Amino acid sequence: MAITLFAKLWSDHEIQMLDGGDSLIYIDRVFLHERTGSVALESLSSEGRTLRSPAQVFCSMDHIIDTLPGRGDTTLVPGGTEFIHSTRQASRQAGIRLFDVNDSDQGIVHVISPELGIVQPGCTLVCPDSHTCSQGALGALAWGIGSSQAEHAMATSTLVVKKPLTMRVMLTGGLSPAVTAKDLILHLIARHSTAGGAGYAIEFAGEVVSGLDVEARLTLCNMAVEFSAFTALIAPDQKVFDFLRGRPYAPSGENWDRAVAYWQTLRSDPGAQFDREIELDCGEVEPVVSWGTSPQQACGITGRVPMIEAGLSENDRATLARTHEYMGLKPGQSLRGLTIDAAFIGSCTNSRITDLRLAAAVLRGRKVASTVRAICVPGSQAVKRQAEAEGLHRIFRNAGFEWREPGCSMCFFAGGEGFTYGERVATTTNRNFEGRQGPGVRSHLASPATVAASAVAGSLADPRDYLS
Amino acid sequence: MRKFTVLRGVAAPLLRANIDTDAIIPSREMKLVSKKGLGVGLFAGWRYTVAGGREPNPDFVLNRPEYADATILLSGRNFGCGSSREHAVWALSEYGIRAVIAPSFGVIFHGNCERNGILPVVLPEAAVQAIAAAVAENPQRQQVAIDLEQQKVASPDGREFEFEIAPSSRQMLLEGLDQIGMTLGHLDAIEAFERAFRKRRPWLFEA
Ligand code: SF4
Repeated sequence: MAITLFAKLWSDHEIQMLDGGDSLIYIDRVFLHERTGSVALESLSSEGRTLRSPAQVFCSMDHIIDTLPGRGDTTLVPGGTEFIHSTRQASRQAGIRLFDVNDSDQGIVHVISPELGIVQPGCTLVCPDSHTCSQGALGALAWGIGSSQAEHAMATSTLVVKKPLTMRVMLTGGLSPAVTAKDLILHLIARHSTAGGAGYAIEFAGEVVSGLDVEARLTLCNMAVEFSAFTALIAPDQKVFDFLRGRPYAPSGENWDRAVAYWQTLRSDPGAQFDREIELDCGEVEPVVSWGTSPQQACGITGRVPMIEAGLSENDRATLARTHEYMGLKPGQSLRGLTIDAAFIGSCTNSRITDLRLAAAVLRGRKVASTVRAICVPGSQAVKRQAEAEGLHRIFRNAGFEWREPGCSMCFFAGGEGFTYGERVATTTNRNFEGRQGPGVRSHLASPATVAASAVAGSLADPRDYLS
Repeated sequence: MRKFTVLRGVAAPLLRANIDTDAIIPSREMKLVSKKGLGVGLFAGWRYTVAGGREPNPDFVLNRPEYADATILLSGRNFGCGSSREHAVWALSEYGIRAVIAPSFGVIFHGNCERNGILPVVLPEAAVQAIAAAVAENPQRQQVAIDLEQQKVASPDGREFEFEIAPSSRQMLLEGLDQIGMTLGHLDAIEAFERAFRKRRPWLFEA
């Protein structure tokens, strides 16, 4: 029988079906971070439980730590230092590998896990963080969970999971210049709404996906959670194998050959049935920017804030009016040219070396507008080292960007560093919710190219005007 | 975990769609490495007059006297979307919310609720609005009743709405079971699976 990639991974890890239709799924890897992982570790030990396989559990410091140069354990986040200390102590007690504040492998969990070869095709990986779906880009079954589930996974090496439905999203056509994976995922969500993927494990496929490099695939899968999907995944191919070869936690020696032989079977069989299939013609996608407080409120950079449609319910109207007010925008207003106060390049969506190279291509020989505060936060120590080896840090700095230490930084506001009330920010992150980057802050999601171009212009700008 | 069988209580409407976990508990309110002490931060961005402050905003629904002691929330689509932080559920729970009725929920949040003894009830948008309307006149008296055993919500206007829930979640909530303990009951099966799996995929266990 022809079966889907998802079904192959599921059945390879299904220990048994439980009464009521849920499955007991074997978990190969658990990743934690200091924000939610600390609580999970503490709670587990306070209940007197132990980790079944500490060697399969990893933890990063990324969410609460500062990203200012010269940082240590103190952080601007209120109470943050306690999270850092407690994570360190709990990790030591639990005997798990911690990527500590200034460890040479430290970085944002979804950046370092692929980079170190911790996530691999065909494995199950969970993390108490919603963007764990990113890691499906390598052909893994990786999804975000709550802290209690993380405790469950650590104590039992399993999770109780309801099997999601399957959806295939075919990305066809060609990509226009300056259009990136970020634009594609924003476009998909704008077209099919943030509820479009609810209940599904999504497989991205098609010629456009095959053409994307592994880092771009990570960006594509990153926002599956904004699409409400259980997770996303992509069949691993030679690009993935080449990406993983030689990474610190990737299989070695004889195991490598065995692993690759297995990984090559990880694809949906021809004729496999999905519960839902949608197709996206990528040729029609232009650089996308969000205008509202939900990722679905996005459109092409040459577009306008949509008019309020007739026939909307009173509730939807009120919600929309609130969005316009929060964002300081009017229906019909054009996005391009909208003055910004800040630009942020970073986060698990867009902080990898290819993202920084793209932004640098826009910034080379240019200056950030004097009215804009611009910040670049590499996703990991390795990305930062690589960027510095290529001289990218000089391009960012010369343009007027701050060049930071790796971490989540101002992707989200936790009471520490943030943008100022009412500020408008062009950002490569994944969430534009009210207050996400600080109380009253107006976030416009876009690709690194668009954010860099906007930083230079001092207003939302079309990257095609800056990339030749 | 606290059992959930039948609940009758004041239901407060927060009918906006897409209320995310950061709105439920802002990041800045998660100051301790603990599941406790979060109730005061619930909806802090809306509930208090200034960010980080503690002066109640009189307009916010949970601060209005008629909705005092609410144990049920009525909400719009996609409640609990966004960040996976379980703190959102711990905050609701500590505040005293025992059930949320909405047309849909963020996936991770939905599971987090069930594991913490809060019942997420999925009803069509029209039903949620009908219940909110029926409550509005006198919320303290016009209470809503939820019967998990029967899988029914009784609106104060006498209408009843049936809802679906996964059988395993229903059992866990009804009996107040601890999921780790339940799973460790299958330890033999887990170990047998693991032995075979390690042989099949040895590269996943390289030390
Ligand atoms: S970079 Fe932002 S979205 Fe990604 S894990 Fe960190 S806080 Fe979450």
